Amino acid sequence: MARELMKGNIAIAEAAVRAGLQAYFGYPITPQTELLEYLSQRMVELGRIFLQAESEIAAINMVYGAASTGVRVMTSSSSPGISLMQEGFSYLAGAQLPCVVVDVMRGGPGLGNILPSQGDYFQVTRSAGHGDFHPIVLAPASVQEAIDFTVLAFDLAEQYRHLVMVVADGQIGQMMEPAELPSMREVQTVGPDWALTGARGRPKRLISSIYMLGEEGEAFNRQVQARLQLIKSREQRCFEYQTEDAELLVIGYGTAGRIAYTAVEAARAAGLKVGLLRPQTLWPFPEERISTLSDSIRACLVVEMNAGQMIDDVRLAIGGQVPVDFYGRMGGVVPMPDDILAAIEETYARMTVRVRA
Amino acid sequence: MQKEFLFAGFGGQGVMFAGQLLAHAAMSAGLEVTWIPSYGPEMRGGTAHCFVVISDSPIGSPISKHPQAAVVFNNPSFARYEPIVAAGGVLAYNSTLITQSSQRTDILLLPVPATQIADEVGDLRLANVVMLGAVLTAFPALPLDIIKRALEEHLPERRRHLLPLNLQALEAGAAHAQRFVQPA
Repeated sequence: MARELMKGNIAIAEAAVRAGLQAYFGYPITPQTELLEYLSQRMVELGRIFLQAESEIAAINMVYGAASTGVRVMTSSSSPGISLMQEGFSYLAGAQLPCVVVDVMRGGPGLGNILPSQGDYFQVTRSAGHGDFHPIVLAPASVQEAIDFTVLAFDLAEQYRHLVMVVADGQIGQMMEPAELPSMREVQTVGPDWALTGARGRPKRLISSIYMLGEEGEAFNRQVQARLQLIKSREQRCFEYQTEDAELLVIGYGTAGRIAYTAVEAARAAGLKVGLLRPQTLWPFPEERISTLSDSIRACLVVEMNAGQMIDDVRLAIGGQVPVDFYGRMGGVVPMPDDILAAIEETYARMTVRVRA
Repeated sequence: MQKEFLFAGFGGQGVMFAGQLLAHAAMSAGLEVTWIPSYGPEMRGGTAHCFVVISDSPIGSPISKHPQAAVVFNNPSFARYEPIVAAGGVLAYNSTLITQSSQRTDILLLPVPATQIADEVGDLRLANVVMLGAVLTAFPALPLDIIKRALEEHLPERRRHLLPLNLQALEAGAAHAQRFVQPA
């Protein structure tokens, strides 16, 4: 297929359609609205379900209902809307239902603004709702990855019967880039064997997240934890650039990660031994690769569009082996390559002094 | 080598389309390209802008602090972006509408009476295409032929009948800019 010039939000929407999306429920919010707007036409054209709910709370509960019937279902929003959906995420996790949620992050806290941000890292990786669970969280850094990860999200959701989030930010949502769409998949006609499809002629099925007894609740939680461990052991993903001989490892995801790429390129051109690791899954966090690299690096610099959230996961993965510095911008400000380069030079200089001493 | 463009003007002046046309052309030339619009508070009334970055290697930031080419269509955009054009870069401005001037000596100032030229071509709304032809003559990031092909491919269906006029506008902008460009 040929490359097309596509806006991130629309690319995600079309990728979902081609992955076999059967039902979409959502509520408009900038900087994600084009996704919903596009589907409002496209889904109807294909005879599939599109519904603009009266609120994000209604939308996520419609997703819960549709997911119970075993169809491929998705919603999308931006930070404040994701907050409203959190109760629903927890119920979906409690009922072990597959679904895909897209968060095109914007500046916060509160109403904040509509500019790009990565302020939802804690929210999306640390359970996204009450109770013990993590969604699988995919973090694209380009329009192409936004497409690829949307398709992957549906596959992972069904494979693990789990909530999968694709987290972009306003910049990826609004930007146009050349990218290639996958071909159209057939929409599934037979649902999974747990789906609520009408019990006539078969034993009844139950989708629920209620476990009245402590023992029942614990047994269910053990099952969830076993699945999360399996996901953790199999699904850690990251992109690496010049890490083989790197002494300073820069770690950033999404927009911050792609901008850091340019800074690392410039640092390399200046003769600094710097590499980039860009997590593509935020949960499970690519801790195995970072832990391995921490044996060969001398310092680490985390770059985020927030006050420092992923840095906690980096520190856990590095286990105190090397110092971890941070460069971040907040509230809708996107760092520029030369800002990150300056931070790299600072960390590099400190690292070199330490080695001499 | 990365080439960074800024297009800015009032909503309706074709700023976004001019940028997208350039982006489409860059893609068909096999290059990496990003296009990003202003979608913040400014698009809710007043001046809008977009950035286009073209490169032969992966692009990090789709936004530029100091674009090498700024194409501005109104006075507020001139005031805002004239100071940030990269040294050695080009500031192309619609001199039919812009009444300001620049004291900068480290950039090429390219006044283009784009609205007037567009009017002569036959449609005032073509000022954006005139400006694109002009800026690409002063800052030849892509050959005009590729822009022409992009116009043929990406002009919306309802504007298809305006293709010949668009091509003329592009040529007229380029011809105007020629006199500001030093012979190689």
